[in-house]
Amino acid sequence: MTERVRPYTLVAELTYRCPLRCVYCSNPLDYRRHADELDTAAWMRVLGEAEALGVMQLNLTGGEPLVRHDLEALVERARRLDLYTNLITSGVPLTRARLARLRASGLDSVQLSIQDVRPASADRIAGNPAFAHKLDVARWTKEHGIPLTLNVVLHRENLARVSAMIALAESLECDRLELANTQYLGWALLNRQALLPTREQLDGARKEAADARDRLRGRIEIVFVLPDYYSDVPKACMDGWGRRFLVVSPDGLVLPCHLAHTLPGLAFENVRQRSLDEIWHTSSAFDAFRGESWMPEPCRSCERRAVDFGGCRCQAFHLTGNAAGTDPACVLAPTHGLIESARRTAAEPSTSPPLAYRGPDLARP
Amino acid sequence: MSRSVISFESRPRLAAKARVRLDRQTGRYVLLYPERGLELNSTAAEIVKLCTGEYSVDDIIARLIATRVGVRADVERDVVDFLDRLGARGLLDTT
Repeated sequence: MTERVRPYTLVAELTYRCPLRCVYCSNPLDYRRHADELDTAAWMRVLGEAEALGVMQLNLTGGEPLVRHDLEALVERARRLDLYTNLITSGVPLTRARLARLRASGLDSVQLSIQDVRPASADRIAGNPAFAHKLDVARWTKEHGIPLTLNVVLHRENLARVSAMIALAESLECDRLELANTQYLGWALLNRQALLPTREQLDGARKEAADARDRLRGRIEIVFVLPDYYSDVPKACMDGWGRRFLVVSPDGLVLPCHLAHTLPGLAFENVRQRSLDEIWHTSSAFDAFRGESWMPEPCRSCERRAVDFGGCRCQAFHLTGNAAGTDPACVLAPTHGLIESARRTAAEPSTSPPLAYRGPDLARP
Repeated sequence: MSRSVISFESRPRLAAKARVRLDRQTGRYVLLYPERGLELNSTAAEIVKLCTGEYSVDDIIARLIATRVGVRADVERDVVDFLDRLGARGLLDTT
């Protein structure tokens, strides 16, 4: 069985700049080291090379992609390449007129984040009073006839309001609602104690989402994503390393996932030096965790190894220091005790520690 | 689970959020929609091309039967199943 590996989706991280300071931001802690952004011409070339490699879906993300003044030009280029273009955005800063220009340029869909349904709680998590404006953006998106996904990141402070989130998605006539639990990497790992829910909180929210999924089928697609910390089996992170996704960071690094450049010992290459095609097919970093030969036990002989591909390499590294270990989220991992211990802490009554907001001041080695 | 919502008289139209394109790597058609893609086999591609709001499900079945050897009941079932799956994903407007 030889499967020709080709990417389907390009995740274009146009910038790490963002007006929001969300406490669970998935950008790397040292994002300021990647501030030398690719220019318009480089992104134009990257889009063409990605399409030639097999990419059909384009996620324009960041940071906040709207801070790039060339966004319209990039969307137009993507449409000419027949890519399906999703704008993944906080909605800040966006005007109705600019959204109309993006639509006219060929934008296919918008995924808008909100942090909560309670304005004060939402603004506290985002570190920015953006909630009211986001609702305007949602309405403009529908007015322009653009498919709208509402994305809410869940954690212990907002899990009790999942029903209200579903009601909001209904009233905004969203096409899709992503109720995605925080995954504890990047800034979220720093804030884990303040954010990690209990199993009871999760079970309640999951049931509400499942009921709504049945009720709204065909109208609103409802996606509920468990946190790895409670899933017992690891997720198929990025559908497997270097299998279906290409991520290009703001400064041009080509990555299998958006945090891969936080793993030590891997030499990721840059679109400024080589083509996407060469990097995808020949870079040693892309081969590092492809297939099964890198797998340790218990993954190597596990019947799920072709389902979850060994889970998340970044989670393995950031929790255990070993990127090639079994994802600790797996109950079979020798390091699973780390996850159990975090869950026990979440279940203990305690005062919540102060939140660490995403920002330039946190220096990490 | 709900039963089929597609009737033989309905005239399915592909939802505005969905787009069909050729996958140059495989030579097959794919249906693209927000953050997803659905690879279409040749029958599915034919059905999707007829989802313009102009043809009834009956018309679509008749067109497919005219171009292939097969039992009518099988074609009917394939068409209705496929349209149901599209509908459940919010990819059809039916009038």
